[in-house]
Amino acid sequence: MELVEVKKLQVELDAFAKKDVYLHLETTNGSYATHFNEGFFNAGAFIRNVVINYELGKVVGDSPHRVGLKLPHGWVYAQGITHYELDEQGRLLLAGHDGTGKLAVALQISETPFSY
Amino acid sequence: MAIEKERQVLVVFPHPDDEAFGVSGTIATHILQGTPVTYACLTLGEMGRNLGNPPFATRESLPNVRKKELLGSAEAMGLTDLRMMGLRDKTVEFEDDEKMVKMMADLIEELNPSLIITFYPNLSVHPDHEATARAVVRAVRRMKDRPKLHCVAFANETLEVLGHPDIVHDVTAVRDQKMNAMKAHISQTSWMLEEMELKLSQGDKEAENWLTKERFYNYRWDEDFEESF
Repeated sequence: MELVEVKKLQVELDAFAKKDVYLHLETTNGSYATHFNEGFFNAGAFIRNVVINYELGKVVGDSPHRVGLKLPHGWVYAQGITHYELDEQGRLLLAGHDGTGKLAVALQISETPFSY
Repeated sequence: MAIEKERQVLVVFPHPDDEAFGVSGTIATHILQGTPVTYACLTLGEMGRNLGNPPFATRESLPNVRKKELLGSAEAMGLTDLRMMGLRDKTVEFEDDEKMVKMMADLIEELNPSLIITFYPNLSVHPDHEATARAVVRAVRRMKDRPKLHCVAFANETLEVLGHPDIVHDVTAVRDQKMNAMKAHISQTSWMLEEMELKLSQGDKEAENWLTKERFYNYRWDEDFEESF
């Protein structure tokens, strides 16, 4: 993974627009957040291998960045994105790593389904 | 307390590295005593948050990294019967409960263990740990001749609820093997090990104690976590 450069990432996002693509989106504080900090309200969400087709994808802001995908009838967005990679299978993997390196958010797009 | 000789041990945990910190010394000891040990690991820890700093793995490459680490840990413990059960990290509790019980019952039927090691229900923090514990306890509850069931509990309220552990194994003799099992899971354990090795090098008694003593609770059937399933 490398740090997001807005112009380079924008080119990658454009390349997946107007195609049926598989989406992986997650936000997480980790399952131990409330164990280490009992008052912590642990919330997160996860979706994997749902097909979307976005007409416009944008990366905005200074790091950590926001990334939004405009759909014909709705939206997908993620905030806290710091890193990205176009992997060897041609999948666009975006991630937000906190100051200690732990993953906090992931937004991934692929023309083929992600594994289970 | 000496580790009793068993006929067959079955260890069931959901994540690669769940075995390393609290149980790898016990596993290595059973294997040295000539007892066959099977480790059923339900997921590959696909949802781990430690991907390196700076990141060396991605959400998609992590399972393969952790699979190799799990194989390395098994090797360090001398364990040859490792079962990777193919579930996905953080989804175990959403699987069909009866399917989970059957997965455990099938393992038990095949292996006929005299001892099963897993987590303690309601005291094991992570939802996957809890779901694993429930499935194992349910499968064992249905048996006529129940094997011993040793459970790991580490929720903050453990001492209040269960008191002190009734089984404490001294694993000093296999300290190096245990250290190597923990090191095998380096993607998830590096910062923790760094801290621990510093404490150990300073002669910190608590850290040494934590490393060389493994603690379990016999499952309390008279205080079963549910009436029936």
